[in-house]
Amino acid sequence: MKRLREFVRENSHNPNAIAYAAMAIGALTFPGIAQFATGGNADYLVSLAADGGVFVLLAIGLNVVVGFAGLLDLGYAAFFAIGSYTYGMLASQQLISSPFHHALHVPFWIALFLGMFIAAGAGALLGAPTLRLRGDYLAIVTLGFGEIVPRFFRNMKDFTSGVNGISALDVPTLPYWITGPWANTQLAIEQNFRFVTFNVTAWYVLIVILVVASVLGVSNLYVSRLGRAWMAVREDETAAAAMGVNTVNTKLLAFAIGASFSGFAGAFYGAKLSLVSPDSFGFIVSITILSMVVLGGMGNIPGAMIGALLLYWVLYKFLPDAPLQASSLAHNLGLDALNTVTPNWPGIAEFVSRLKFIIFGLILVSIMLLRPQGLLPSRLRTAELKRGVHDESATETV
Amino acid sequence: MIGALARTPATLRNFGNSQFATLIGLLIAAIGIVLTIQHVLQHDAAFFFQILTIGIADGSIYALIALGYTMVYGIIELINFAHGDVFTLGAFISLALFPVFGIAEGTSGFGYVLPLLAVGLITMALVAVVNVAIERVAYRPLRHAPRLAPLITAIGMSSILEGAMYLWKGPFNLHYPDLLPLTRVNIGAISIGVKDLIVLTLAIVLVVAFTLFINLSKLGKAMRATAQDRDAAQLMGIDINRTIAATFFIGAVLAGAGGITYGLYINSVSFDLGFITGLIAFTAAVFGGIGNIPGAAIGGLLIGMVRAFSDSYFDSSWTEIVIFGILIATLVFRPTGLLGMRVPEK
Repeated sequence: MKRLREFVRENSHNPNAIAYAAMAIGALTFPGIAQFATGGNADYLVSLAADGGVFVLLAIGLNVVVGFAGLLDLGYAAFFAIGSYTYGMLASQQLISSPFHHALHVPFWIALFLGMFIAAGAGALLGAPTLRLRGDYLAIVTLGFGEIVPRFFRNMKDFTSGVNGISALDVPTLPYWITGPWANTQLAIEQNFRFVTFNVTAWYVLIVILVVASVLGVSNLYVSRLGRAWMAVREDETAAAAMGVNTVNTKLLAFAIGASFSGFAGAFYGAKLSLVSPDSFGFIVSITILSMVVLGGMGNIPGAMIGALLLYWVLYKFLPDAPLQASSLAHNLGLDALNTVTPNWPGIAEFVSRLKFIIFGLILVSIMLLRPQGLLPSRLRTAELKRGVHDESATETV
Repeated sequence: MIGALARTPATLRNFGNSQFATLIGLLIAAIGIVLTIQHVLQHDAAFFFQILTIGIADGSIYALIALGYTMVYGIIELINFAHGDVFTLGAFISLALFPVFGIAEGTSGFGYVLPLLAVGLITMALVAVVNVAIERVAYRPLRHAPRLAPLITAIGMSSILEGAMYLWKGPFNLHYPDLLPLTRVNIGAISIGVKDLIVLTLAIVLVVAFTLFINLSKLGKAMRATAQDRDAAQLMGIDINRTIAATFFIGAVLAGAGGITYGLYINSVSFDLGFITGLIAFTAAVFGGIGNIPGAAIGGLLIGMVRAFSDSYFDSSWTEIVIFGILIATLVFRPTGLLGMRVPEK
C-alpha cells in the first residue's frame, strides 16, 4: 500500500502518467457508463469507441515513423488498406470468384498477423529504395503510394470485387468468453464465442487489449537500442552514421514497424466492419492520422493516443451530429425559419454539414499556429523546438 | 534487431545517383513507350493526333499549375497542398463573374473576347490575393517551425478552401460555359481543334512571359537568389517576406489562369477538383525536376500526354495509378527529375 502511494506521488506531476491513467480508467469504465447513461442503448457508442481504438492503433504506429524516426509518411492509409484487404481476401468467400477458385478461410488470429507482416513487407519494399532520399522526397513517394494502393485494389476486380468491396468476412471466434452487465447481459461464460457485429462490447474489449499490447511493445522499443538509434537518426543523420548507426536499416525498420501497425489495425477494422471497400483508405485518412499524431504531440505515445481520441471524436461524433444539433437548437430558440429550405438557403442542418471541411481545416491550421508542439508534447521535442535544431530531416526546422 | 538485417549493399545506398538506376529508369520508360506505340499502331493516325492534341491541351493546364508548385517548393521547400484548390477557386470565381460581364453560353463573335479578358484579369488578381493571404496567415508565422507544421497548415488551408467552395456552390458538378469555338482545322488526315490550339497558345504565352519575368526582372532575380540561399539573399538586401509573397502571387496568377482555361476546355468544375488535379500537377513538377521552371512546363505537358494516352489507349481507371507510378519511379530512379532540380541540397 505504501509503495502504491509513493508510486502515485512520484507520478502525479508526470503528464504522461496522468494521461495513461486517465485513458486506462476511461477505457475500462466506458462501456458500463455508456450503457448505464443511455439505459442500455449504447451499442452504437461502444461500436464507435471500438472504431476509435483502431485510429489509436494507427496513431501509435504512425508515431513510430513520424515521431520517433522523423520520417514523413503521407500515405499511411495504404498499409491500412493492405491489412484490410489481406484479411478480406484470406477470410471470406472472395477468392472463389478469383482465378484461384478456392476460398481460404484463414482464422482471424492468424490473418491478423498475416495482415501485419504483409503490410510490413510492403513498407520495407517501398522504403528500401526511397529511404536514402531527403526527408520530403520520402513524403512525396509515400503520397504517391497512398494514392496508388486503393486504386489498385479497386481495379483488381477479380480479387477484390472492385468498388463494391469485399463483404461478409469471417467472424473471429474464441473458445471461451466472459459476458456481463457491461455488455447488457447476465454474467456468464460463453463457449465457442463468435465476434458477431452486434456484439460490440466484445470488439471493444478486443481493441483495448490490442492497444494495450501495442503501447507496451512500442514503449519498450522506444527505450531500446533501436529506439535510441531512431532518435539519433531523427536528430542528426550524419552524426548518427558517424556513431556507427546503420541509418538506412534503422529508418527501414521504423518504416516497416509503422506499416505493420497499420496492417494490423486494417485487418481488425475489416473484420469488425465485415466489409472492405476501396473508399475507406483515401488521402484524407492518411492526413487524419498524421493530424492526430501532430495534434497530440509527435514522438510521445500517450500524446498521439490522446490526439487520436480527440480528433476521432470531432470527426466521427461531433461533426456528424452537428447538423441535427444545430437544427434542434434553432427549433428550441424559436428560429424555425432557419430550418425551412428555400432555393437560397439549404436549411441549417445542411448548412452545418457543409461546414465540415472548413471546421477540419480550421482545426489543423489553428493547432499548428497556436500549439505546434501538440497537446501533450514529448519533452525532448519541446526542447528541440525551443532551440531550433538545424537538420535536413522532414520534421525538423528548415 | 539492427544487426539481424544484412548490411545494405553499397549499390543500393547510392542507387538514385548511379548510372545503373538511370538505366533501369530508362528501361521502364522504354517499355512504356513501346507498349504505347504498339497500341497506337492498332488504331489509325487521325485518332492518334486527336489524342495527342487533347494531351497537349490538358498538359498545358497541368503545366500552369505545376509552375506554382515548383516555385513555392523552390523558394520555401513546402509542398503547397492548397495550390490545387487555388486553381479550382480560379474556375469558381470566373464562373461567378461571367454573368456580371454579360457572358453566357452561346455568346459568339469577337465581341466577347474583351469581357472574357476582363474576367480573366480580375479572377487572376483575386486568386492571387487569396494565395498571398494564405501565405501570410498560414505559412509565414511557421517559417522557423519544424517542417511538418507548414505542411499540415497547407493541408488545413486546402480543406478550408474546398469547404468555402462547397459552401458557396454545393457538392455538385457545375457546368462551365462552353465559350471556345468548336471548329476544327484539317491538315491532311489530321484534325486539330481550335479549342486545343487556343489553350496551348494561352499556356505558352503565360509560361514564356513568366520565364522572361523570372530571368530578366529584378524581382525574378530576387526570387532566384532567395531560392538558392535565403540568408545570403537577405544579406544582399533582398526583402525575403516580399519576395516570398510575390512568389505566391505569381504562382496563383498562373493557377487562376489555369482554372479558367480548365473550365473553358472541360466545361465542368466541382469544389474538390483541385485535389486530384493538384496532385497530378505536383507529379508533373517532380517529374520535370522540382524547383526547375522549364522542367515543370515540360513535365506538365508530358503528364498531360501520358494521361490522354492512358485514358484512350488503355484503361482510364489505371491512369492515375500510372501517373503516381511515374511519381514514385521518378524519385526512385532519378530524384532530380528530367531536367535536374535547381534547388541546392541544404
